[in-house]
Amino acid sequence: MAYGNELKNHQNELHHFRLRLTVLGFLVLIAFSILASRFYFLQINRYDYYQTLAENNRISIVPIAPNRGLITDRNGIVLAHNFFVYTLEITPSKIANLESTIAELSQLVEINKSDLKRFKKLKAQSNSFESVPIRTHLNEVEAAKFAANRYRFPGVEIKSRLFRHYPQGKMGAHMIGYIGRINDKDLTKLAEKDVLSNYKGSDHIGKSGIEQSYESELHGTTGFQQVEIDADGKAVRVLSSKAPVSGNNLVLSADIKLQEIAETAFGDHRGALVAIKPSTGEVLAFASMPTFDPNLFVDGIDTENWKLLNESLDKPLINRPLRGIYPPGSTFKPFAALAGLEAGKREPPFSINDAGYFMLPNSRHRYRDWKPGGHGNVDMRRAITISCDTFFYGLAMELGIEKLTDFVRFFGFGEKSGIDIAGEVGGLLPTPKWKQRRFKQPWYKGETVIVGIGQGYTLATPMQLAQATAILANKGVAMRPHLVSSITNSKTGVNKVNKPFINNTIILKDKNLEIVKLGMIDVTLPGGTAAAVGANAGYSIAAKTGTAQVIGIKQNEKYNEKLINERHRDHALFIAYAPAENPTIAVAVIVENGSHGGSTAGPIARKVMDYYLLGKLPVVEPPKDAKITPSITGNAITTLIQPIENALEEKLHD
Amino acid sequence: MFSKLVQPFFKHIDSFLISCLLFTMLVGLFVLYSASGQSFGRVSAQIINIAVALTAMWMVANIQPQLLERIAPPIYMMGVLLLISVALFGDISHGARRWLNLGFTKIQPSEIMRIAAPMMLAWFFAKREASPRIRDFFFAAILLVVPVVLIMKQPDLGTALLVTSSGFYILFLAGLSWKFLLGGAVTIGALTPIFWSLLHDYQRRRIEILIDPTQDPLGAGYHTIQATIALGSGGATGKGWLNGTQSQLDFLPERTTDFIFAVFGEEFGMIGNIILLILFSLIIIRGLIIAGQAQTTFSRLLAGSITLTFFTYTFVNIGMVSGILPVVGVPLPLISYGGTSMVSLFISFGILMSIQTHKKLVASG
Repeated sequence: MAYGNELKNHQNELHHFRLRLTVLGFLVLIAFSILASRFYFLQINRYDYYQTLAENNRISIVPIAPNRGLITDRNGIVLAHNFFVYTLEITPSKIANLESTIAELSQLVEINKSDLKRFKKLKAQSNSFESVPIRTHLNEVEAAKFAANRYRFPGVEIKSRLFRHYPQGKMGAHMIGYIGRINDKDLTKLAEKDVLSNYKGSDHIGKSGIEQSYESELHGTTGFQQVEIDADGKAVRVLSSKAPVSGNNLVLSADIKLQEIAETAFGDHRGALVAIKPSTGEVLAFASMPTFDPNLFVDGIDTENWKLLNESLDKPLINRPLRGIYPPGSTFKPFAALAGLEAGKREPPFSINDAGYFMLPNSRHRYRDWKPGGHGNVDMRRAITISCDTFFYGLAMELGIEKLTDFVRFFGFGEKSGIDIAGEVGGLLPTPKWKQRRFKQPWYKGETVIVGIGQGYTLATPMQLAQATAILANKGVAMRPHLVSSITNSKTGVNKVNKPFINNTIILKDKNLEIVKLGMIDVTLPGGTAAAVGANAGYSIAAKTGTAQVIGIKQNEKYNEKLINERHRDHALFIAYAPAENPTIAVAVIVENGSHGGSTAGPIARKVMDYYLLGKLPVVEPPKDAKITPSITGNAITTLIQPIENALEEKLHD
Repeated sequence: MFSKLVQPFFKHIDSFLISCLLFTMLVGLFVLYSASGQSFGRVSAQIINIAVALTAMWMVANIQPQLLERIAPPIYMMGVLLLISVALFGDISHGARRWLNLGFTKIQPSEIMRIAAPMMLAWFFAKREASPRIRDFFFAAILLVVPVVLIMKQPDLGTALLVTSSGFYILFLAGLSWKFLLGGAVTIGALTPIFWSLLHDYQRRRIEILIDPTQDPLGAGYHTIQATIALGSGGATGKGWLNGTQSQLDFLPERTTDFIFAVFGEEFGMIGNIILLILFSLIIIRGLIIAGQAQTTFSRLLAGSITLTFFTYTFVNIGMVSGILPVVGVPLPLISYGGTSMVSLFISFGILMSIQTHKKLVASG
């Protein structure tokens, strides 16, 4: 029955079809009527308006650049702002003879060759009715001089333009970054992101650091004026306009006073320091030494200064915390220790009797401890405290390379930390697979042995070391490190907080964490490798010293610091968190060619922690040498630790 | 004598439709000459496009609709496969992946879909013995969504929109219930604010600019502002052929392709515009008549969809140029410069003619 009803009734179907076709026919009629009435509106009603625009005048859209957002530190101290400067500007279309005008102008105010060069470059890029600066940073006297002679120069005017300024100068330059003139590469990138039209009025763009990574927040929205221009290209009147919207303001988690203490503590040393609040991932200080003045870059750096910065052996332009890669040396030991303990190995009361070297079965090669003759009876806690190499050689061997690297990878070794500024490199955590791929060679057991003490192929950035320390201090909870703590919307005033974000969590046994912590606390107590660092602190410090070889030392050869060129001395490393019971700061310090972690890197970390925890300003005193010197290993794997030089420098040269 | 010789040759050509098409294209050639800065090269290239398109139309018109119905599924399958290959190995130009390099020639599979998708849907509904039910429409919608999503991913919003509309016309003509249509409209209306609230600020901004380009006069809005000035300054009678100041000066972008209507409107004014609308209307009316007289479900659904898709083209393009619709890359049929779109357009007119001229044979047989 149902079947019969459902069969098509062809007559009925055709009827329905034609009905629907008619409905659509009406739709066509309505749509075309809409178009016709639009024609009537444009071509009859508004004819005069459009006729005037088309025939006598042309429309030009003049962009108005927005104010770039401010950057302040966590206490509101300004790190980057804008200020007005007087500029002398020429509108080429209003000038009969450009050459002679410029010649006359140069008798009033100084116009040098680079000013002229810039003027020509800018003029080629803009419309003839747009004014182009011929001189920037006019002082009061120059401005007054020109104002008095203004009548002689139609088409030349004084304008005030916004310039970016970094009031802290060299301080925190690698973190804050800088802006520079937009170049072709930037334009391509902007076009890819589909935001090119928002940069029509802008000359500058963030080139590094926060300025680069938060460009989309800082830039703001370009406003515009729709102006009528006459046949000569002069603006006749403004038809409509829309005000620009300033960029958003950024508040950093960094404390610029802490930054100052850190940078000052380095003195003439090269190196890097990163301090992180373990519970949130906020970066408190981010030092890369030596540093540079970002103000030089704002309006295009001149050749002399560029040469000075770029060709300096100290490599001030390298962002060491993110791009400097160093063997972690003995600072790797606490993490290797945890790897062992969590795998159920070397748990107390296990101990070894250290004779001063380790040998693989069926091999006569001696992996030496840094202390000739050895440390005697050593358990896990003491192995960390005295930085016993022999203990960790054996541990690494027993764990195997895969197990060891798989575990420490949780602490961020071999991977980017994910900090919110660009350019980070991932360091290196070697595995047999990696070696096969990289060198087409098999993995040797001896290579596992030295990974246990952070040597060999292992490489880490200061950022990674600080992050690993912070994860350790936070009992295995890895917070994503970040420099920007909040963003204030310039239009609505709404403050968007960059909430702490858990990257991942490692489940660790409390008793194992306790062993490592106690071992690290002992490092800063009498008998530890950095006893001087902990002296009279007033709070407990869990720390580890480290040394990274710059040149290899052959078997049976002795390392003699005094005989070695300063640049070939070992790098000094130091990681710490404090107060050890309830850590609020984790620090990693690297002093290039600083020799001993305890004596050169440690005091820098101490000063930073003193200020952060106690508000104590550093007292100027000569550093004392620690009694115990940390590990120098005998194996001759040469890893030169020059910070990698790469495309970054090319990018800087604008 | 002569007419007797050529008559079999033109047996399957609809004389009214071809007259309207040829006249409109002739107008188009004059506009193109003006828009291209009086370039004979452009015009002769377009004449070659037209000749190729007419040949394709003639060949398709000679195919029986029954055969078209049979080959609908394989053509559709091939089209989908080609779209997938484009997504995987297509050539990228202007930031979109649309072309497939076959070694000897390059093809744009999304153009095939413009005909294959409605053919497939018409075949699908013709196959149903009973009146289509909701689940049939649901299945048909899936057949439509697959190629549309692939085209959108290229990204080619214009073609995706047109393939969607061609499929939608089939659904509507096949009898998609009013309740369903109303329900759909209400659902979309209700979901829009929710969807909107889920978007990021920059995504909203993009949509706002798409809807109202004048908000971004430095970017997307530039086209629209210049096009409306050109149109408006044309007035009632226009500035005359080759005398459009906006078009002759370099103010109008893409003036031989997507924005060619602005040139036409500036030079021929409102009267010219209305005449062009009438020409388009004649073509549409003829198409609707062919659909209404068609004898099989397949041919009437397909004829209806082809005709209304042609209408959608003209409406979207003219609406975009005159600033009442968002700017999506859709050429003005029969007028805009371009080969591929011309050929696929004329294949669809060939189908219309095949449906119209093979009718009597079916009736007698």
